[in-house]
Amino acid sequence: MANERSVQDSVDEIKALLAEATEKAATLPAEIAEPVTSGQPYFIVGLTVFVLACFVGYHVVWRVTPALHSPLMGITNAISSVIIVGAIVAVWPEGGGFSMFGFLAVILASVNIFGGFIITKRMLSMFKKKGA
Amino acid sequence: METFAAFTYLVASVLFILALRGLSHPETARQGVNFGVIGMGIAIVTTLMLPQVGSFFWVLIAIGIGGGIGTYIARSIDMTALPQLMAAFHSLVGLAAVFVAVSAFYSPEAFGIGTAEKIKLASLIELSIGLAIGAITFTGSIIAWGKLQGTISGKPVVFGGQHTLNGALGALLVLLILLLCVTQSAFFFWLIVLLALALGVLMIIPIGGADMPVIVSMLNSYSGWAAAGIGFTLHNNLLIITGALVGASGAILSYIMCKGMNRSFLNVLLGGFGGDTAAAGASEHDPDRQAKIGAAEDAAYIMKNASKVIIVPGYGMAVAQAQHALREMADLLKKEGVEVTYAIHPVAGRMPGHMNVLLAEANVPYDEVFEMEDINREFAQADVAYVIGANDITNPSAKNDPASPIYGMPVLDVEKAGTVLFVKRSMGSGYAGIDNPLFFEDNTMMLLDDAKKMTEDILKAME
Repeated sequence: MANERSVQDSVDEIKALLAEATEKAATLPAEIAEPVTSGQPYFIVGLTVFVLACFVGYHVVWRVTPALHSPLMGITNAISSVIIVGAIVAVWPEGGGFSMFGFLAVILASVNIFGGFIITKRMLSMFKKKGA
Repeated sequence: METFAAFTYLVASVLFILALRGLSHPETARQGVNFGVIGMGIAIVTTLMLPQVGSFFWVLIAIGIGGGIGTYIARSIDMTALPQLMAAFHSLVGLAAVFVAVSAFYSPEAFGIGTAEKIKLASLIELSIGLAIGAITFTGSIIAWGKLQGTISGKPVVFGGQHTLNGALGALLVLLILLLCVTQSAFFFWLIVLLALALGVLMIIPIGGADMPVIVSMLNSYSGWAAAGIGFTLHNNLLIITGALVGASGAILSYIMCKGMNRSFLNVLLGGFGGDTAAAGASEHDPDRQAKIGAAEDAAYIMKNASKVIIVPGYGMAVAQAQHALREMADLLKKEGVEVTYAIHPVAGRMPGHMNVLLAEANVPYDEVFEMEDINREFAQADVAYVIGANDITNPSAKNDPASPIYGMPVLDVEKAGTVLFVKRSMGSGYAGIDNPLFFEDNTMMLLDDAKKMTEDILKAME
């Protein structure tokens, strides 16, 4: 329960922070404070998402049993390759041409996605209970 | 389409969170991985449907090539090579982040962050941060890989003024990012890449082999932060959320590993540990005291007559590939009515959870394997502690010798067991270069041989 309260507190804190930051953002140069549809600069939206995701990550990862720390590394490695979504857009943007950097980035990220998930599955398939 | 994509990206993010959550227990973990796979599939398909994507063809070719390589590596790799593999995978994420940043810098229109040489300021800052972290992760992971693989010596590389140099280069990196933002010049962009690549090498070379669990976790964390940095640039919440999850996960693992060694994160990063500190603590033991050296037959006799045996594996077991022989020995003991359990120190091996995976590979049931804090009390009731390929994590001077470099590090209380059987190749010191007074205790018997060969010999002697 203590955890829930601390999460609630942090959420409140972040809300207050967000309100303050939004106020300040209005005075920033127009270049940075590029408004999105909600009227807030994307950076603030992104930061909110980022900080909240850090909290979620913190609470979820502490619950991972130490015995599974290697598979945890395998799976985080696979999902961090979600950077592939940026790479896919880069390969051949609409109205542009083929980009070698984008192409290579998709290859690298794919190695990680397939490799990371498969090695994690391989590791987990070995963990058996007594008598199993 | 944009709104739809944002929605499916959210679904993918939730699936990734569920994937990590599944790892709280071995039974739910397999399902967790499936959530992860589905999430990734959704993310990729959604992206392919975006109007910014001009051509599918090359993307699918690239996924085919990369997927083929990844599948082959992950299927064929030996479980003992896991730490190296993880380091290698982290380097790929780093390099992919660099490539995405380069693409975004040269065709900002595609990513909606401005036009060539007129990239929006906020995007440019985020881009250069993602770029720098990605490049550091890339070369840092390659060095870590080399050290784990044995291509480069695991010994720390230390030279005078090292920390000053790294500090100065770090400051220079910040300066270059500022210059890039002001000038938008490709020259500074590539200078950042080069400097960050060099910094990655310089940061990891002073760190010794035994500290690699921390470093592998730290690079894991960096690969997450790099992804998040790119997410800010591309205004992509999925990348930000996933990056934050991975970053937090790596940071927590680093923290757990540091705590397992009773060292601060900064202390590990500054490196130089495990080089030539052998002098410290060497004066502690009386040179007249002789270690008792035993044979496989003695060990077999002692263990067969025990009622409770605790096995303490370490990196040496992984190197010797002794886990299968070890499990056979445990099976035989169990048949004789001996209770066998395993005790795992948090930093045993070269990556978090390394020992657990190797034991699982040898078909040791996971409910016979215990974490340090759960089993440490039981050594007092155990007849035999069978230490195989571990050293520093059993060193009692961490508890009672304030002069020892590892003083304060939590260790397994193996000396409380009736007899300590210590399998080791030679009487040499461990990675930390510290003498282990345990060798000279009256209830310790040294079994000097390769971990696998000794275990097999004991097995033969038992039959």
